[in-house]
Amino acid sequence: MRTSHKEAQNPQKLLWFLCLFAALSAPAFAQVNLSGVWDNLGILHEDWPDRLFGPELGDYTGVPLTQEARLRAEAWDASLITLPEYQCRVHPSDYVPSFAGMRIWEERDRDSQQLIAIHTHHFAWGTERTIWMDGRPHPPEYALHTSQGFSTGKWEGDILTVYATHLKEGWIRRNGIPRSDRASVVEHFIRHADGLTLMTVITDPVYLTEPMVRTREYEYVIGGQIGPYPCEPVDEILRPKGVIPHHLPGTNPFLKEFAESHNLPLEGARGGAETMYPEYQLKMKR
Amino acid sequence: MKTTFISAFVFISLVSFTRAQQNQNLNSVEVHVLPVQGNVYMLVGAGSNITVQIGTDGVLVVDAQYASLSDKILAAIRTVSKGPIRYLINTTYDADHTGGNEPIRKAGSTIAGGNVAGDIQDAAEGAQIVAHDNVLKRMGNRPSAAWPTSTFLGDEKKLFFNGEGIAIIHQPVAHTDGDSIVFFRRSDVISTGDIFTTNSYPVIDLAAGGSIQGVIDGLNRLVDMIIPVYGQEGGTLVIPGHGRLSDLGDVINCREMTIIIRDRIQDMIKKGMTLEQVKAARPTRDYDPLYGSVPGWTADMFVEAVYKSLKK
Repeated sequence: MRTSHKEAQNPQKLLWFLCLFAALSAPAFAQVNLSGVWDNLGILHEDWPDRLFGPELGDYTGVPLTQEARLRAEAWDASLITLPEYQCRVHPSDYVPSFAGMRIWEERDRDSQQLIAIHTHHFAWGTERTIWMDGRPHPPEYALHTSQGFSTGKWEGDILTVYATHLKEGWIRRNGIPRSDRASVVEHFIRHADGLTLMTVITDPVYLTEPMVRTREYEYVIGGQIGPYPCEPVDEILRPKGVIPHHLPGTNPFLKEFAESHNLPLEGARGGAETMYPEYQLKMKR
Repeated sequence: MKTTFISAFVFISLVSFTRAQQNQNLNSVEVHVLPVQGNVYMLVGAGSNITVQIGTDGVLVVDAQYASLSDKILAAIRTVSKGPIRYLINTTYDADHTGGNEPIRKAGSTIAGGNVAGDIQDAAEGAQIVAHDNVLKRMGNRPSAAWPTSTFLGDEKKLFFNGEGIAIIHQPVAHTDGDSIVFFRRSDVISTGDIFTTNSYPVIDLAAGGSIQGVIDGLNRLVDMIIPVYGQEGGTLVIPGHGRLSDLGDVINCREMTIIIRDRIQDMIKKGMTLEQVKAARPTRDYDPLYGSVPGWTADMFVEAVYKSLKK
């Protein structure tokens, strides 16, 4: 950058000019930059049952699921994920925050430095996602649905609010509770210095009776790296073509294990909106 | 045979009519163009999805929706190619796939010459309509101008058009007995016809030779053909008979649902349950919010078709 002789002679004036320019330019940029590597390995105790080993069979607590969702969950057999075409199925964007770290980076227009998109890359299954920040519309319903969905974002103060549609069918919990492809998801990325809260609100008109809310916490990692996550399916069990492991209605032997081992009433373990609120404890006592 | 024909006609008329009813008034229907990948586009209007492949050789169209939409369909095709329409492939005989056969055929032309042009003076008139021979057999009640002009009897018919190999693969006794899957090998796109849909239970036209096992075989075949980029996503893209653009994950979800419901009904049959008892047990209940509310192809109709197919 060339500086004129006159400006060079008056550095104080130049400084004021730069400060004024920066102040005027500020509204065009996000107040918060989320870029970097965020991890949650140190705080995985939060919602532990949903993480790593996964939830127990028959644990539907805290989920406002419909009776239809419960029936699907009861038919679910964990052997499903031994099928080669299921082994590398990635977690959907509304579930993957439960797992390990993610990298966030910005994509800006080179000339204007306007924010075009924010990208995320999760360690788990290497899922990548684009959150469009340039105001583009969501595609029509007949466009491809993906595990990560189509996401647009906007800044609400210092909070990044993201709206995702075009999600493939996924899961609310890894024990068979489904989330339909008609769901939409609102997320709030809330940075607190070196901490990040990711709040996820899932609205599913098919399998939830009310929005499902959960939060995940992350810590900023200076110099953090995200490793690769290769996955190659293999034949774990040789089966005839077209076999889908599942339980026929009324035959799943594992559904009571969770309630019995934790000394919970079975009705409460089966979830539903009513069981999520404190008033339900009173009902149980009666 | 006559009863079968009438049943088939009533069945397909009902499904087609109600699907048309969903759209209330075809005059208000817009035909949208969605680029898929490679040379292939998906057209969405009313009735079946349309697949369009374009290139220097011209235009190839898979399925034709309704005749009253043909002007809009042709206008949509012209937004992506001005080339001559050479081929129209029918994946099934249903009216919402073949209703526009005549006007779309007339808008195209066939390259003819040599022996063909000598004996068949109108050989060059109109695009070729390609379908399995059973499609032609089931279209006897339609105007002859809408009939397939080039049928095949075996497992497969192959074309090389617009720089890529195209396999038209017969899937026997699935949605009907005349279904075809169209595989664009270089573009890596499969057009499935009604063997795979994303917004309803699989339609099994028993009177036209369909069966639940044939649908499952067709879905298994699709799973075998598709190569994803990673996990269940990307790579080969799939244009369903009805519903949204898809990939492996969507086909797998559909196959999972279809097999689970088949297994449940099979188990009920083994227990000696009657059709009415099976319907009352609601073996599709957990999937009904997703697929069971399509007028003309309800959950009850699907259950009945699966039951009767398994009892055969």
